[in-house]
Amino acid sequence: MRIRYTAPSTQDNELDRFRSRVMVAAGAVVLAFALLIGRFVFLQIIQHDYYITRAEDNRISLVPIAPNRGVILDRNGTVMARNYSAFTLEITPSKVENLDVTIENLGKLVEILPKDRRRFRKLLEESKSFESLPIRTRLNDEEVARFAANRYLFPGVEVKARLFRQYPLGAVASHALGYINRINKTDVDTIEQNEQLANYKGTDHIGKTGLEQKYEFQLHGETGYEEVETDSGGHAIRSLSRTAPVSGNDLTLTLDAKLQEITEKAFGDRRGALVAIEPSTGGILALVSTPSFDPNLFVDGIRTEDWDLLNNSPDRPMVNRALNGAYPPGSTFKPFMALAALELGKRTPQQTISDPGSFTLGGHVFRDDKKGGHGLVDMYKSIVQSCDTYYYMLANDMGIDNISRFMGPLGLGSKTGVDIEGESEGVLPSQEWKKRRFKRPEQQKWFAGETISIGIGQGYNAYTPIQLAQAMAALANNGVLFRPHLVRHITNSKTGEKTLVEPEPLRRLPWKQQNIDTIKNAMIGVNKEGTGARAFAGAEYVSGGKTGTAQVFSLKGADYKAGKLKQELRDHALFIAFAPAENPKIALAVLVENGGFGAQSAAPIARMVIDYYLLGKLPKGPAEEVDTPDEED
Amino acid sequence: MFQELLQRFRVRLVGHIDGPLLVIALAIMAFGLATIHSATYDANNRVFSQVVNMLIGLTVMWGVAQLPPQKLMRFAIPLYVIGVILLVMVFLFGVKINGARRWLSLGFTRIQPSEILKIAMPLMLAWYFHKYETVLKFRHYAIAGLLLIVPFALIAKQPDLGTAILVGAAGFYVIFFAGLPWKVIFGMIAAGATAAPFVWTMLHGYQRKRILTLIDPTTDPLGSGYHIIQSTIAIGSGGSFGKGWLEGTQTHLEFIPERHTDFIFAVFSEERGLLGNSILVFLYLMLIARGLMITSNASTLFARVLGGSITLSFFTYAFVNMGMVSGILPVVGVPLPFMSYGGTALVTLFLGLGILMSIHSHRMLVKQ
Repeated sequence: MRIRYTAPSTQDNELDRFRSRVMVAAGAVVLAFALLIGRFVFLQIIQHDYYITRAEDNRISLVPIAPNRGVILDRNGTVMARNYSAFTLEITPSKVENLDVTIENLGKLVEILPKDRRRFRKLLEESKSFESLPIRTRLNDEEVARFAANRYLFPGVEVKARLFRQYPLGAVASHALGYINRINKTDVDTIEQNEQLANYKGTDHIGKTGLEQKYEFQLHGETGYEEVETDSGGHAIRSLSRTAPVSGNDLTLTLDAKLQEITEKAFGDRRGALVAIEPSTGGILALVSTPSFDPNLFVDGIRTEDWDLLNNSPDRPMVNRALNGAYPPGSTFKPFMALAALELGKRTPQQTISDPGSFTLGGHVFRDDKKGGHGLVDMYKSIVQSCDTYYYMLANDMGIDNISRFMGPLGLGSKTGVDIEGESEGVLPSQEWKKRRFKRPEQQKWFAGETISIGIGQGYNAYTPIQLAQAMAALANNGVLFRPHLVRHITNSKTGEKTLVEPEPLRRLPWKQQNIDTIKNAMIGVNKEGTGARAFAGAEYVSGGKTGTAQVFSLKGADYKAGKLKQELRDHALFIAFAPAENPKIALAVLVENGGFGAQSAAPIARMVIDYYLLGKLPKGPAEEVDTPDEED
Repeated sequence: MFQELLQRFRVRLVGHIDGPLLVIALAIMAFGLATIHSATYDANNRVFSQVVNMLIGLTVMWGVAQLPPQKLMRFAIPLYVIGVILLVMVFLFGVKINGARRWLSLGFTRIQPSEILKIAMPLMLAWYFHKYETVLKFRHYAIAGLLLIVPFALIAKQPDLGTAILVGAAGFYVIFFAGLPWKVIFGMIAAGATAAPFVWTMLHGYQRKRILTLIDPTTDPLGSGYHIIQSTIAIGSGGSFGKGWLEGTQTHLEFIPERHTDFIFAVFSEERGLLGNSILVFLYLMLIARGLMITSNASTLFARVLGGSITLSFFTYAFVNMGMVSGILPVVGVPLPFMSYGGTALVTLFLGLGILMSIHSHRMLVKQ
């Protein structure tokens, strides 16, 4: 069966040579393996006694020492997150025979409350059995001593000194700071992807949201190691050497903690958001989302009752409305529309329209809030009195794609890239957007009528409060746009070196200064003699602003009567502002959910914030709503 | 009738499978699974997923064994070219992790293109020598050397010395079996010895550290020296017959790093002792012997040099891994073939087995 073939002599030579080389290779393999066997004999027979001693009596183990987490400071050095050390009583379930009996007996030495047991059970379900889990945190000295005396009775139970995170200001800025919590499986994946697994050996907490999450690997630091000699049971006998951990880097924020606190108080028990930005840097001065939560609740494992309370509340305190909530901008959109009209040459400041109180397109009537209309309206008046008809006409003249092309570079409808997670994109509508958004061809077409309501900030468009604040800041800063950011600089704990987070502007928008001044002037008019005048009456500085109202609920033809509607269906109130007008130091966007008119509930909050920031004036209580009987919006 | 059907089915299923190779590989894998169990049962048992990896590997092996070597030849150029292009892309825009640029991000996952070269390199060079079989001149060796150097350098530059050595060795074996003159080989060794001091200056800091650590592990007891110290303690304390399955104290007190992957041999050695080590080395020797036997009887130059290179690659893996774990070679990331946990490496190994089986079962069909 074997086929012998006659091949040219060169091939025979080749085959012979190949076979001889196979022999050489085989010889090399045998030699190499013999070398290995020789090494094994040396280690396992000749030096066996030496190694068995090292393995049995002289085990050296490396005990990780967790580093101090970096602290978080506000722009004035106020501590917003820090650490303190406390003793915890911890159980390693795999080393304990009967958990219930052990916990029962421990309860005779130190106080263990039902809530401690419940938390322990919860941790037990979430973790591996060889991890050491806390049954009691924050032991006092007496309790530590009592346990130490009885330690031999409790194998697998230890007292450990742990560092705890503390947020001294409580719920203030919780949406910006975020919180830390025990590391879970998803976190392990993140750590692994960042090749940080070894560095997290002694760490059991990790940033879950906000800055704590975003800057986790800056804040964490480098784990140190202690080399300890252990007996055969794994108990440490003595320390051999110690490599100290390196503390995490400290964050210094652009946030002003006092301003933040005042702003949160100004909201009272209303739901909403506020973002205040320093226009010349993009640094966020205050980032508020109300209601908020106390991050301290999470630090040593949140109790189920607290978690349910936060999670099931209809007010949704865990949602960061400033970044995640997308709302129609309402009339706060008008100054940007007006600027677009000037830049694109669609209007001049002096050009007037005659407002009959409505605008009709294709048989559909778009009504102005003011019955009978505003009469002759130029650009200044259109902003100061918030005339809808002016913007219905303008939107119709500009077309949807011109609008979206102008608003896009302002950051509307895209993530701002702020340095915490959880931003939504919002919606900047365009013909292209509608094609992507809808599946059925008949829904994909953009109708001219849809452009009209966009002009007054209603319809499809929806922006997050931080986007509105960024756009306001860019306008205040004459078109130089910064990425909004919370961290001003990171301080290296080893070298003390400070790294600025966002020193360069993101874009310079090519607007004419003359046009910018026209818009700013109209916005100053709003606070002087227009819809914002009541809220800013008697202010000691010149400010610009614009009120807005976002429809939550479309009233099919019926009149809007706030009192008759359920609170959840009332309109959202908005206000954007900048001050002082000549050299803006603060630009902000406020949103009050279901707050009704912007002038009524959002503008007074803005007034308080600016009063404090520019003049250091402390408010007496939550912002009061101002009456706006038939104010335009 | 039924008998005949059964017979045909049997031929279809195992017709191209080489019994000895499969039995030896499965025997090593049996040791491997037992050791993986011992290394991981108290935390996250990997035995089941390794069995899944193994089944995938066996399927790949079966599939490749069905293809005649001429078909394999067609993959040589595309696989090599794609591999090198991907390596260049890694060089230009790879993901940098811990100072090493080894991965390409595809958005949802990362790939490590150097893995492709482990098979593509010998395949390409075997095809090249096959093409110029009758006119082989010195320049052909030089060009082959160039084909070898480019990916080798790209991988070494990442830096990933372990993979670079494996890819380089696989390529070198092809050139060696294709008849690279001894003069050149000895010349290269001599040149290498003289160049060593210069190479030293070109090495990355961590690579130098590893070589220094090898000479004296105690200089870096917390870093790479720690691995070597702990694994030699494990091996040495295992003694003649080992501490018994699941009884290794070094393993179970978590002294051995990477104990189910690169350092699995330390676990095995601690629990099975010199006797287990000898059996394991013997099994590898048998695997290599069978591989060399198959290549000696192969009918084309392509099949011979490719088979020879794959067989010696098994040797390289086994030798480098056991050598590093027992402290006679520097620590480089090389798994122990058919023992270490890990899907990619296992599939690559079974692919190699499949090629050997294909060479063996198609040895007579070629000239018909």
